Amino acid sequence: MEELRLLVSPSPHIRDTDTTEKIMFAVLISLLPVVAAAVYFFRWEAVRVLLLSAASAVATEAIWQRLRNKPIRIGDGSALITGVLLGLSVPPTLPSWMVILGAAVAIAIGKQVFGGLGHNPFNPALVGRAFLTASFGRAMTTWTAPFDAVTAATPLAMGAAVSRIPDLFFGSVAGSLGETSALAILLGGIYLFYKGVIDYRIPVGIGATVAVFALLAGENPVFHLLAGSVLFGAVYMATDMVTSPVTKAGRWIFGVGIGVIIMVIRIWGGYPEGVTFAILLMNAVTPLLNRWTRPRIYGQGVKVSE
Amino acid sequence: MRRVRAFFGGIHPNDNKQSTNSTPIKALPAPEVLAVPLLQHAGREAKPLVAKGDEVLKGQVIAEADGKISAPVHSPVSGKVTAIEPRPGAAGRSLTCIVIENDSQENWVEREPHPDPVQLDAQTIVKRIAEAGIVGMGGGGFPTAPKLAPPKGVIIDYLLLNGCECEPYLTADHRLMVEYADEIILGAKLMAKACGARKIIIGVEDNKPDAIAALREKAGAIEVVALSTRYPQGGEKQLIQALTGREVPSQGLPYQAGCVVQNVGTAWAVAKALRDGEPLIARVVTVTGSAIGEPQNFLVPIGTAFKDLIEAAGGFSQTPGKVVAGGPMMGGAQFSLDVPVTKVTSGVLAFGMEESKTPDSQPCIKCARCVDVCPANLLPLKLEAYGMNEQWDNAREYGALDCIECGCCTYICPSKRPLLHYIRFAKAEIVARERQSS
Repeated sequence: MEELRLLVSPSPHIRDTDTTEKIMFAVLISLLPVVAAAVYFFRWEAVRVLLLSAASAVATEAIWQRLRNKPIRIGDGSALITGVLLGLSVPPTLPSWMVILGAAVAIAIGKQVFGGLGHNPFNPALVGRAFLTASFGRAMTTWTAPFDAVTAATPLAMGAAVSRIPDLFFGSVAGSLGETSALAILLGGIYLFYKGVIDYRIPVGIGATVAVFALLAGENPVFHLLAGSVLFGAVYMATDMVTSPVTKAGRWIFGVGIGVIIMVIRIWGGYPEGVTFAILLMNAVTPLLNRWTRPRIYGQGVKVSE
Repeated sequence: MRRVRAFFGGIHPNDNKQSTNSTPIKALPAPEVLAVPLLQHAGREAKPLVAKGDEVLKGQVIAEADGKISAPVHSPVSGKVTAIEPRPGAAGRSLTCIVIENDSQENWVEREPHPDPVQLDAQTIVKRIAEAGIVGMGGGGFPTAPKLAPPKGVIIDYLLLNGCECEPYLTADHRLMVEYADEIILGAKLMAKACGARKIIIGVEDNKPDAIAALREKAGAIEVVALSTRYPQGGEKQLIQALTGREVPSQGLPYQAGCVVQNVGTAWAVAKALRDGEPLIARVVTVTGSAIGEPQNFLVPIGTAFKDLIEAAGGFSQTPGKVVAGGPMMGGAQFSLDVPVTKVTSGVLAFGMEESKTPDSQPCIKCARCVDVCPANLLPLKLEAYGMNEQWDNAREYGALDCIECGCCTYICPSKRPLLHYIRFAKAEIVARERQSS
């Protein structure tokens, strides 16, 4: 037998076929119905905002990695997701330069300053959204009705009494680009669940908490679930793997915590909507949740039978 | 049927057993030269009883056990000792081997068969198992006799026979169960008698229906349980959890859960030793993988070099990138094909170049799939980070020492991170530090 060059590496020697890129791709696929709904309801404004946001996010990531002499990893799709998510969570009329700036902040401050993919404590898209809300309060709360660019109030601002539930479900209301159509978000969420990308515990925890809280507060739970950013936040933002707990119990607490904070802000807070801050606050306690909810290790606490 | 409780976590890799699971075991003639390692088991190296130039008989003791946790070594052939020298071993380190030139005469040492060894008393059974050099053949290689003689006062409720063979590619145990069900059942009865177990349960993954049927036919009062096909179903702790619902205490031993776990291959070896008087000098090895010409299950004399095995299996069908001793999940990659088969070599796998490449690792995205699959209920991503950052106290607190090194975390990781590699590193450091401070 001739001289062989054999590779020596630690076990295991076989790997699952799933990759980070495939997971990111699944998230992008799951966003298709939401993007389609945004374009359907808000037409060219949606195209403009989404393209700019996505391009700015990817460009910022590439430039940052280039400046730091790191391998450019925009191919993993994570920056693209951040850009699309941010674009979907702003009003359709947001000026282009604000969209570009918001996406750049999301990637630079929300993600890369912490070391890039996997190291950021807060959801980057929400960091961008919070930055825009804090900096350009008026532009971020100027809403237009679907189909025509007439200024309109959001269901949350108007209240449950004048909102039609079917409009909320299909998305024919004023609101952020991707957040108006519950149907599109649910379709995307089911796909993500089916592909094993998201754990049901977080969205179910958020939804159940919001509904129960609304009931206890004497408000319409269906309205609170469908209006504003609850569904979009629960399915796409709170389930971000990097910034949510890794334990099952932690995920329940995380979801319930987000639901409680959303409702506290909605009912007693100064803003009509609280999803962004609710998720960011719970992102901050994720490391603690991971620490407190460690599963019982096999064999620990087991009595020796003598 | 009894409800079978599951173990935590686990994965479903493609089992790749189809090329050998219906291939009958073929006895491979001994090669001209064999290198028999003195250390083929967990514990202390055996002490050689022969010297260069000595003539040996087949089955003759050529090295004796050194203490209780050790095992003697027997000559697999008759012939002449030509050297006692270090040779490459499957674990990467050199092993001292007794090199024997085979005279092809098959001259046996005097054997002591027994028509009905179940009549023997427990002590005699344990003694003969020890004398036959039998060790755990599933891969752990822990000497079998001390496992059957737990500390005084300990009551063993179950003798569990491990027929899971949950590692992909391997079919050695599978074929053994199909073809040697009688021996396996006899071995189980002998070991149960030796350790005083009240009940014997054989656990087999349900991807081996022919093995389950063959065992059930001969089982009598012994329960044969079909377990879900999920790696690492055949992990000692996982098997105990699935078959009895009990857990072995953290860093403890199975007897503390009232169990003794033995591999089906070990049971076969025990039956051969007590019924036929033959010590452990051969074992079944699966030779397979994408780079092997004709995958086979061989009954191989111990000390046969991997290259002889591969040649007997039709040689390489393509340039191999990696050769693994054992299964693909826990087996060790080899740098040399001169490595000899030992009592614990369950398989020799050869993979093509493309399959052998280690994927580039990317940042952890905290998807927690490693958490979901960990059968020890650990947080592998945390342990990996602690290992990488040399945070030994944190690694210990997060249960690094409870890791069973099954490799599920590394297997499942979509970012292709070498999680287990760093967890092993942390374990080794923690153990070394504790030894130093005590």
